[in-house]
Amino acid sequence: MRTLQRTVEDRALLRDAATIAAAMIAVGASFGAIAIAYGLPTWVPFLMSTVVFAGGSQFLAVGLLAAGNPLAAVFAGLLLNARHLPFGLAVGDALGPRLRTRVIGSHVLTDEVAAFTLAETDPVRRRRVYLIIGATLFTSWNIGTALGVLLGGATGDPNALGLDAAFPAALLALIMPSLRDRTTRVVALTGAAVAVLLTPVLPAGLPVLCALVGLLTLVRPRSW
Amino acid sequence: MVIAAIVALGVGTYGMRLGGVLLRGRLELSDALQRLLAMAAAALLAALAGTAALMAGTDFAGVARPAGVLVGGVLAGRKAPFVVVVLAAAATAALLRLAGVP
Repeated sequence: MRTLQRTVEDRALLRDAATIAAAMIAVGASFGAIAIAYGLPTWVPFLMSTVVFAGGSQFLAVGLLAAGNPLAAVFAGLLLNARHLPFGLAVGDALGPRLRTRVIGSHVLTDEVAAFTLAETDPVRRRRVYLIIGATLFTSWNIGTALGVLLGGATGDPNALGLDAAFPAALLALIMPSLRDRTTRVVALTGAAVAVLLTPVLPAGLPVLCALVGLLTLVRPRSW
Repeated sequence: MVIAAIVALGVGTYGMRLGGVLLRGRLELSDALQRLLAMAAAALLAALAGTAALMAGTDFAGVARPAGVLVGGVLAGRKAPFVVVVLAAAATAALLRLAGVP
């Protein structure tokens, strides 16, 4: 009975992983194609997708590298990726106590891995979810990158497929269970509003970090 | 220079990932603090979803993308399966663009 339950849950997890993997392949392909279109050497997108493995910062960095500004690429990329530290704090327990698992597992920590792991409340399943989603995304992102490099402009515009709407919707679906808790909902929606309002005036990465001020809604004035 | 920049970005990003994970293992967290960390992550993810849905760079993202995300969000709120949410969001944005909506 327990195995049956587990099989059903795993099948659902694999279906969700396949959904996000398909989108990752398409966006990875557009990353590979853009890097080549910028005139960067072929190895650049491959090295980035394996070593950096953070989509947003990769798009940002190839633009700055192509413009001959490697220092800006590093700093802008790191600023954009700073959110991984709080993500590690929030879901790092899913990797368990073994150092080897934590050292390897940390590399595949992304927004989607954090969101999938956060959505899973069962402590035993959190580890499976983290590692399966992480491995799936790493593989699909790199397959996509290779396709983009090979096919170039033939991969088409991912926005024409609506993929730019698919990723925020996927994140929304994954945090929806957390948002059913009223306190979390107030914190998250306040943070999101702050981030959106600050996006026109702050460099990429900072607005999202500023969402942490949503936690201030937890501070209740002491009643006299 | 390009290879050094990519390695620096990769090492720095990995350092922040591993730093968070290892720090989590070192800290003795109370239940309340664990809840706070989960809320912080939810706020960051909501901000990512919100900015990615509404903004393109520093400008507004137009109509098609937010409309797609809205459809996905409503379906997610009604507990539709993940694959349905993602496909509906993408299809809405794609069809609106096909119809000439920016």
